[in-house]
Amino acid sequence: MKYADEFRDKEIALGLAKAIRAEADPQKLYRFMEFCGGHTHAISRYGLEDMLPKNVRMIHGPGCPVCVLPAGRIDMAIRLAERPDVILCVYGDLMRVPGSQGASLLKAKARGADIRMVYSTIDAIRIAQDNAGREVVFFAIGFETTTPPTAVMIRLAQKKQLENVTVFCNHVLTPPAMQNILESPDIRNIGRIEIDGFVGPAHVSTIIGTAPYEFFAEEFGKPVVIAGFEPLDMMQAILMLVRQVNEDRHEVENQYSRAVNRDGNLRAKEEVSDIFELRDQFEWRGLGQVPYSGLKLKRAYAIYDAELRCDMHELRVDDNPACECGAILRGVKKPVDCKLFGTVCTPETPMGSCMVSSEGGCAAHWTYGRFRDHQQRRVS
Amino acid sequence: MCLAIPAEVTKLLPDEMAIVSIDGVRKEISVALIENLAVGDYVIIHVGYALTKIDPEEAMRTLELQRELSAEGQGAAS
Repeated sequence: MKYADEFRDKEIALGLAKAIRAEADPQKLYRFMEFCGGHTHAISRYGLEDMLPKNVRMIHGPGCPVCVLPAGRIDMAIRLAERPDVILCVYGDLMRVPGSQGASLLKAKARGADIRMVYSTIDAIRIAQDNAGREVVFFAIGFETTTPPTAVMIRLAQKKQLENVTVFCNHVLTPPAMQNILESPDIRNIGRIEIDGFVGPAHVSTIIGTAPYEFFAEEFGKPVVIAGFEPLDMMQAILMLVRQVNEDRHEVENQYSRAVNRDGNLRAKEEVSDIFELRDQFEWRGLGQVPYSGLKLKRAYAIYDAELRCDMHELRVDDNPACECGAILRGVKKPVDCKLFGTVCTPETPMGSCMVSSEGGCAAHWTYGRFRDHQQRRVS
Repeated sequence: MCLAIPAEVTKLLPDEMAIVSIDGVRKEISVALIENLAVGDYVIIHVGYALTKIDPEEAMRTLELQRELSAEGQGAAS
């Protein structure tokens, strides 16, 4: 067993689709949000939406770390990278994310800034060891999945007594964002969408476990099913959500039991809680300021905090007013509702963040879903 | 960012590192976040780190359940 192909069997997927069709009440509407970009990508890549009955709809949520990073933080990173003493290490999918006025890390690199794509925080440590005279800053982004690797990096820097390595921390948390989608007062101007259940993130949950969703399911009366990223996992999770709605239950169920348990990865959680603490609030692209949703380094680790060490100033940038990423990230609009989609905004020239990462709703739709728009136009 | 992949641990290295194989492609990753890892274990890798071990028994159980649900669906009036 290789834990991938076995979960991609077409015949079994078709059977699961039939089971969903048989159990979904035709008089009811089932609106499920997959929070995580990995699920958005899987749904588009495997054409799962085409297998679902019309009244079971998937709404793509904001769980793509690249997509929710505000443009101002990109500008801050670019400004930092332009300093001659700095080497900025970034995950590759950040390179083309638009900052203000079409700026990006890729363009800054082309102009001569020393920006290096790394696969892992271990690479950033090696770069710091090889460049003792330079300030090596790691542009840390992502949800609970990428935070432990950043924590390990700081522990390694301490152990190796490296004084030239810091972290520009943009780590964010999943449960507050899920809550914000359902209750935030500042989203009224964009509108709100009714959601009947959530597909919970796969890899975030390997770290945090299923327990953090329990309060959420109870408080909001919404079912949550933690699901793996393979097509059969997604189909099974959707069937489990349909059953919960039909039976008027709102529980946390774990479809991804081969990798997720209730408590998560204790070692990873310890690494994170040793080094990070909550910010009072953090800005998300598309959601605005979300309370207690971001992390910063604890005071004891201030020497590794790039914002303090490199005297970085907060920059705020308004998104392109024509870009609908904010509403798309929250499931209120679809990519095709944005007038920029597919004209000036494509994966090659992204105007908004949802088009940058392959996990963004717009990029997924551009790559795998556009044929459906033509079919719908022909029908209507 | 989040498209992590299952991989087989083929060699444990010092400093909390390991070699994994994904369909024969070798990669060096950190195993600092995992306890009691052995050669032959499957792990989920993300940004160069093993996040968790995959439980083979749970994987089998999930596959069996998916087959059952699928068979029920095939048997249902469509």
